[in-house]
Amino acid sequence: MASETIALSVVNHGTRPIGDRLHDWVVTVDHKKLGILYILYALMFLVIGGIEATIMRIQLIVPHNHFVSPQVFNRMFTMHGTTMIFFVVMPVLFGFANYLVPLMIGARDMAFPRLNAFSFWLMALGGFLLYFSFLGGSGLYGAGNAPDVGWWAYAPLTSRAFSPGHSSDYWTLALLVSGFGSIGTAINIIATILCMRCPGMTLGKMPLLAWLNLVMAGMVILAMSPLTAAQIMLSIDRYLGGHFFDTQAGGSATIWMHFFWIFGHPEVYVLVIPAFAFASEIIPVFSRKPIFGYPVMVAATVCIGFVSMSVWAHHMFTIGMNSYANSFFAITTMAVGVPTGIKIFNWIGTMWGGKIDFKTPMLFCIGFLFQFLIAGLTGIMLGTAPFDWQLSGSYFVVAHFHYMIVGGILFALFAAFYYWYPKITGRMLNESLGKLHFWLLLIGFHLTFDVMHIPGLLGMPRRIYTYEPGRGWEVWNLITTIGTFIQGIAILLFVANLIFSYWKGPKAGNDPWDAWTLEWSVSSPPPPYNFASIPTVASRRPLWDIKHPEDPDWKYE
Amino acid sequence: MSSAAITRPSIEPEWALPSRGRVGMFSLIAAEAAIFTIFVVAYIFYIGKSLSGPLPKDVLELPIFGTVCLLSSSLTIHLAVRALRNAKVGAFGLWWFVTIALGAIFLVVTGREWQRLIFEKGLTVSTNLFGTTYYSLVGLHAFHVTAGLIFLAIGMILTLLGKVKPEHSERADIFSLYWHFVDVVWVVVLTVVYVIGR
Repeated sequence: MASETIALSVVNHGTRPIGDRLHDWVVTVDHKKLGILYILYALMFLVIGGIEATIMRIQLIVPHNHFVSPQVFNRMFTMHGTTMIFFVVMPVLFGFANYLVPLMIGARDMAFPRLNAFSFWLMALGGFLLYFSFLGGSGLYGAGNAPDVGWWAYAPLTSRAFSPGHSSDYWTLALLVSGFGSIGTAINIIATILCMRCPGMTLGKMPLLAWLNLVMAGMVILAMSPLTAAQIMLSIDRYLGGHFFDTQAGGSATIWMHFFWIFGHPEVYVLVIPAFAFASEIIPVFSRKPIFGYPVMVAATVCIGFVSMSVWAHHMFTIGMNSYANSFFAITTMAVGVPTGIKIFNWIGTMWGGKIDFKTPMLFCIGFLFQFLIAGLTGIMLGTAPFDWQLSGSYFVVAHFHYMIVGGILFALFAAFYYWYPKITGRMLNESLGKLHFWLLLIGFHLTFDVMHIPGLLGMPRRIYTYEPGRGWEVWNLITTIGTFIQGIAILLFVANLIFSYWKGPKAGNDPWDAWTLEWSVSSPPPPYNFASIPTVASRRPLWDIKHPEDPDWKYE
Repeated sequence: MSSAAITRPSIEPEWALPSRGRVGMFSLIAAEAAIFTIFVVAYIFYIGKSLSGPLPKDVLELPIFGTVCLLSSSLTIHLAVRALRNAKVGAFGLWWFVTIALGAIFLVVTGREWQRLIFEKGLTVSTNLFGTTYYSLVGLHAFHVTAGLIFLAIGMILTLLGKVKPEHSERADIFSLYWHFVDVVWVVVLTVVYVIGR
């Protein structure tokens, strides 16, 4: 309340030379600027990763196509996977966490602002290292110039014998460096949430976004570190002649798989839990109801965090583990579906009987909800070991995890963009362009990824650069590629909307959605210090209490 | 309506949250512990899988002196922090210096062991699986000792310049958490490498 009445004297940056303003962005330690840097950086890589996907889909549009060579195709799927996971989804989620967490918990900045800047620039360096491999990766061998070992980089493909030149080294270094950045950011998020909350905001009164990001950060610490360790081992193998993954000297290729997937599966939840966080903030506001079952949501998230640490080997059913290991990992995989199901029911319970306002953020959230559900169901199918033996390494798996990442995480991310863009820039995104973006993306998404399950069931393996005609795969691949282009158009519309609305969008004001969390109590964009006076909260919806003093939430919590 | 505002529950006067340095350090320790866990798992997994010698039972000797030095440095850093908390800056500097000396002795012992292994026993990181896992795990730990010594040295220089005041005891205390962690890791490494693995 207090911060609304205080006139904010924002320094007018428009008059300063462009060099000075850019310098500000490079040396900044402000969590909001770093959040924006993370998001812009991720958007740049989203476009690059999207182009790589499109190249693959053009290659696969008809049998025996010669759009790219097999070698380039290998580089494309490796770079696409690595880019999308490590340099698109991770940074964009860290960006939103950076921007929103301090504002939502009533803090003026993250716990360690300089560590925050350091972590961002480490991650940025990682991305640039990865892409520098296109220029500098070939070494003396005339070998491939970009990583082409797949994003799991299974041993022994990464050994010197099978991966000459420096392309795999760039891959290793990029993930190592960005991994340190991720761990730094995760430490920062945990310290911020535990130590910087404004008076009155007990753990039970935190917005769900803060809770879910706390769990996400804890998982990053426990999941990113094994990857970091594995990358150090791989570097020792490649540079110092070590034998960790060298089967010729008694090393094991399987242990790389374990180390990679101990990271790799929790990573999926690291990516999806912030998506849950967006949905948990946006669905209540557009249903005009508080979130249904707040404590259960928190408990389910913590539960997902624990269980997801013990499911990794369901990626490895086909390597021939014994039946006890297979059963264990099949059962844990089924078990993680339970808390996830609880969350889906809670979101539906929030919408149930609410006065639903179908604005663009809400549309994306509803799309997220149903697509995430279907992705979860195919996940349960693949978690059944005998079923997985048939379909592991096929396009069915590719369709499954893209359903999760595009249909689930990306849709929730777009909801977040439409919802918080007014706070970040002070302008609303164009609503009709937004709706067009949603429907085009929805159509393109379902054309691509619903259809992609079918060639998988028909036996089409992933990572093949072309295929024989007459196996019944042609029409499905054609439709998949057409869907990719529709999605591409939708993404371009979104980027155009971001740029157009930055200058021409209607002014947002402090609180365009009539929302309830603290970030909407300050101006849009917020001043550098966030809160002129640190707020005090008494419930989970502090702005509701201010707007409705006759019926405040703290009476009931 | 206004009565609602009056009956609004007052916030407890002491709104105390955990120290961010402490939480940050514990998070870092959790991440480091996960990294060490993977290296320890790799070491245990590869025990007895080397295809050629030298083997641990032929070349490894229990580094008792280095272990005693490193573990007692945990005690001295604790005494240093306690001295600073009690505003005894001189005693702090003394104990802090002893900590550095003990850590440095540990590193020297490790270095001499490596020298013996490399030049007398012919064991390098590329000799066999034992060499790979041994130098990685012990080396990762030694790297953490080195990093700790650098921070300790910065603290020592600041002490000699007279910049360290009793109000910095919290920071010294948080750093000591890291040092204790490095010691605990050494206990694990010692058990795995020199006891179980031999």
